[in-house]
Amino acid sequence: MLRVDRLNVIFGLGAAKNHAVKDVSFTAARGDSFGLVGESGSGKSTVLNCISGLLANWDGTIEVDGSPVFHKRHMSFYRKVQMVFQDPYGSLHPRHTIDQTLKEPIAIHRLGDANRRVDRVLREVGLGPRFRFRYPHQLSGGQRQRVAVARALILEPEIILLDEPTSALDVSIQAEVLNLLQEIRAERNLTYVLVSHDLAVVSHMCDRIAVMNRGETVEIIDRRQLQSGSLKERYTRQLLTASKGYDRAAIDQFQDF
Amino acid sequence: MTRKQKIQGARAWLLTDTPDSAFQAAAGRFYLGLLEFFHNRLAVVGLLIILALITTAIFAPQIAPFDPVATDLANRLQPLSAHHWFGTDEMGRDIFSRIVWGSRLTLYVIILVAVIAAPVGILVGTVSGYFGGSIDTVLMRITDIFLAFPKLILALAFVAALGPGIENAIIAISITSWPPYARIARAETLTIRNSDFIRAIRLQGAGPLRIITKHIMPLCLSSLIVRVTLDMAGIILTAAGLGFLGLGAQPPSPEWGAMTSAGRSFILDQWWLITMPGTAIFVVSLAFNLLGDGLREVLDPKSDS
Amino acid sequence: MKRSDSMDNHLLSVKNLCVSFPSPKGAVDAVRHVSFAMGREKIGIVGESGSGKSVTGRAVLRLLPPYARVTAGHIIYQGRDLQSLSEKEMRGIRGRGISMVMQDPKYSLNPVRTVGRQIREAYEINHTVSRHEARRQALEMLEAVRIRNPEQVYHLYPHEVSGGMGQRIMIAMMLVPKPGLLIADEPTSALDVTVQLQVLAILDDLVSQRGMGLIFISHDLELVSSFCDRIIIMYGGRIMEVVAADRLHESSHPYTRGLLNCLPKIDGDRKPLPTLQRDDAWLEQPENQEEVI
Repeated sequence: MLRVDRLNVIFGLGAAKNHAVKDVSFTAARGDSFGLVGESGSGKSTVLNCISGLLANWDGTIEVDGSPVFHKRHMSFYRKVQMVFQDPYGSLHPRHTIDQTLKEPIAIHRLGDANRRVDRVLREVGLGPRFRFRYPHQLSGGQRQRVAVARALILEPEIILLDEPTSALDVSIQAEVLNLLQEIRAERNLTYVLVSHDLAVVSHMCDRIAVMNRGETVEIIDRRQLQSGSLKERYTRQLLTASKGYDRAAIDQFQDF
Repeated sequence: MTRKQKIQGARAWLLTDTPDSAFQAAAGRFYLGLLEFFHNRLAVVGLLIILALITTAIFAPQIAPFDPVATDLANRLQPLSAHHWFGTDEMGRDIFSRIVWGSRLTLYVIILVAVIAAPVGILVGTVSGYFGGSIDTVLMRITDIFLAFPKLILALAFVAALGPGIENAIIAISITSWPPYARIARAETLTIRNSDFIRAIRLQGAGPLRIITKHIMPLCLSSLIVRVTLDMAGIILTAAGLGFLGLGAQPPSPEWGAMTSAGRSFILDQWWLITMPGTAIFVVSLAFNLLGDGLREVLDPKSDS
Repeated sequence: MKRSDSMDNHLLSVKNLCVSFPSPKGAVDAVRHVSFAMGREKIGIVGESGSGKSVTGRAVLRLLPPYARVTAGHIIYQGRDLQSLSEKEMRGIRGRGISMVMQDPKYSLNPVRTVGRQIREAYEINHTVSRHEARRQALEMLEAVRIRNPEQVYHLYPHEVSGGMGQRIMIAMMLVPKPGLLIADEPTSALDVTVQLQVLAILDDLVSQRGMGLIFISHDLELVSSFCDRIIIMYGGRIMEVVAADRLHESSHPYTRGLLNCLPKIDGDRKPLPTLQRDDAWLEQPENQEEVI
């Protein structure tokens, strides 16, 4: 469904050159959930921005459903690939009602039948019709994120890119949103590419995970490897140890990678 | 339902957390904004003065006791009296009537300038900010050129080129007023451009036209409305300045600035010739300032959570 | 190392703290009847957003805006009731008695001053010494937070240092006046997980070396349970439970259990996560008495 091959992104010139993504490659089959995990500066969000088309200066190959995509995207691409952003407070236009926000993609793609679609997708994310005419500031963080998911679903895509979708949410709300995402993936047989810094979230949601550090893929692992601890790379092992909480002795062994 | 119940019902309808229609949501927001505005007493004073200005302009024929351009040389330079509330000027015309009719000219000027300059400014600013690159450079350098000249001087130059007259004065003032709006709009656009909600709508296939008009411009509107309102005072003064220099409305038009100019020579003995129109200019400018401040408190995006 | 032995509950004692904020819809109670006591130990205050944990920390230091209504039975630090102090006396407490580290060094460090100068000034406020001596103290502090080249870093500006280093500088600044108690409000939430732990290790060492108390405010229950000695769990402005860190997972309080259960786990199955069923009865708990374990 999605194939990324030798993706490279370089920002800036000369002395200020930043090779943000180095030769990243991975594939995700239809219905898969693929995770990208890493710390800040690892390039994981940049990879997502390349796939979505928000970033245009990349080199390499990106294929969606067999056909390659280039720097400029056609409208049909947006009916295949959608994205959910991290910040529920920033991803909805503050002056548009939920109804307006959800109807806009329908209008852009001239799909018609707007009211029925909006109703259906709101129900699917667990929000009833009474949320339709609210403004974002009248919703909680979790509700806003649900609207963001609804917006991603309204064009009926096949791939959803998720950029730290629950990092800004309380733990109890995170659980609800993660459950919702799993439910939707199963129902619609979607392909997910999930970016997170949280190993537990990625392990819960994804089958295969690419561990990234400083723009490079350290290794691509299966979640079972996380559970059993049989990891090849020291970096991944250190990440796993760090995710288990404060362990003074272990911290003294931490290296800079 | 009793009247009180009807009012309470309407209030509940406006303040509900679960609006049933886009209209209800918008009406509710407007109502809350209105309530907040009315908390600011000075802003309400400003609003009332402006409403008085508008009413005076509309009902000028009914309010003004005399014909503003009818001369009566026998009665020239009369002081304030029960007959001529603001006295008469050097041609024997009733000053009060001239001020009343002059309110039409004042409104004409400020409305036209706002209607011309603000849209041009917001368009240039948002396009410049959104596209960046060479479009931004070119548009901003053009803006800089206009900004480099002092407003009044540039207006003078245009009026001198186009010829005196109130329409030309309006064009001249508009030409000099739009650059600050472009700058404000551009600054706002640069901030908004990288927001997640703009990225999201781009990812849904929206083109630049839709993004700029439906997403960016509405967010610029608040600061722009405030700025335009506060600028009204300056526009009135510039128009008055042009009139003062004889380059705006031509005699016998009762334009306040021209009246102030004509009153200069009589300032010592017949102070009312200059003071009355001068006070009118002052009061209306102040009113716009107060209104602008009040609007800023209501519309300021920073306090918009 | 868990410290359940050195318990003299005389460092800070808070009784019946209530904080409310005015709002157009009536007063909002951010903190309700919070009572706890602590000695020279590491206490974690854990809660979700809106639980009142940050407000509690700021109320102790009287750092809330003037329109906040703060009442308490007592807030006693080292024998003095902080409520009875004037603002001038309170300023003497801040920094020298109780210090506070906040979340993002980007926002809490002055961007137009070098970091060295900020630490030096933090020292000078509370001690009258020569500038030379204050600078020496600042450099010493930079070394104590394990910054490898303190002389160089001294002259850097906040935007020139990374997040982890910025937070260590923040800690240096807040500890240089040698306070007896440090309140850390989400000090590592903006950092990567490995850097987070390294910063916490520094904090751990400093706190135990100096015999200080630490209040660690966070939303991360697992982190707090592995770092602190005792944990206070808050919800809706109230304390739900106070529990020893090593006994957290045996807790039977429904809110704590709910929070623990809804976390995704690396070695969990892929089944839907149990979600927290909020019970309004939790908000009606009787006033807390002082909790001592």
